[in-house]
Amino acid sequence: MADITEARKAIVARILAGDGKASREQRKAAFDNAGLSDPLRTLIEKVAKNARTVTDQDVAAVRAAGLSEDQIFELVVCGAVGQAVRQNERGLAALAAAAERV
Amino acid sequence: MRLAVLDEGHSFRAKLMFGMIRLFSGQRVVDAVKLVMYRPEFYGNPMKRITHEAMRGPSAWSVGDRELMAAYVSKVNGTEFCIKAHSAVAGRAYQDDARVSATLADLDTAPISEPLRATLGMLGKLARENTVDADDMRALLAAGVSRAQIEDALAVAFSFNVTDRLADAFNFTVPGPKAFAAGAKFLLARGYR
Repeated sequence: MADITEARKAIVARILAGDGKASREQRKAAFDNAGLSDPLRTLIEKVAKNARTVTDQDVAAVRAAGLSEDQIFELVVCGAVGQAVRQNERGLAALAAAAERV
Repeated sequence: MRLAVLDEGHSFRAKLMFGMIRLFSGQRVVDAVKLVMYRPEFYGNPMKRITHEAMRGPSAWSVGDRELMAAYVSKVNGTEFCIKAHSAVAGRAYQDDARVSATLADLDTAPISEPLRATLGMLGKLARENTVDADDMRALLAAGVSRAQIEDALAVAFSFNVTDRLADAFNFTVPGPKAFAAGAKFLLARGYR
């Protein structure tokens, strides 16, 4: 079986706890898609829920609010990984529940 | 690419590699490569480890099956770059482009095995609705998909639910078919490391 358990933990630890240009608090908020204020809130909500609707204006608004491109890079990565982790955990939990009582 | 740093903010070493790729393949480096080569210690290196294990690690699913899952999840997410990139790899792995295009056009009538069809259906629901339930998984187990195969499929989906979001958020340029054909050849020979 392909096993990404440890590698998944490693990327989450890296992007949330390791060094970065955005603060750890802000990276965690982007990962959780919770507790952000606009315009960053709108950008990360789209990344998590419907990334194809992100526009140049969404990114420009976050730049205009004072975030650097490197900070935006990090926060968008955190938003994407966070949503995929939640999906993956729900999938694995559903599988564990199904395997208990087939 | 929506952030200039992802286009041209790379290290000298990365830029040298982009030049070599262009020289030997005749193709410009695609945005997926530019993304994983930008500050690779933050995202690219840990993510490549996940994608390589999911796509090329030990599994009862073939490489073609897993590339088809990547293309299918990307179809549900609506990410053109990843649909085209992984359709090309799946078609080359299967030596059958028609099977890939038929699956993306209509999962219900696609010429694929029932366990694979059921698994793709579950991955589609997870991508669309962000969740699945125990009944979805019971149906898969009843269709003959093993628990390990479901975990492997969820690993593929994890990788592409991240990658698709970044491709769309950063607005990857979608190149022509020659670039995807060259990419498919490379990814089948070398994987994602």
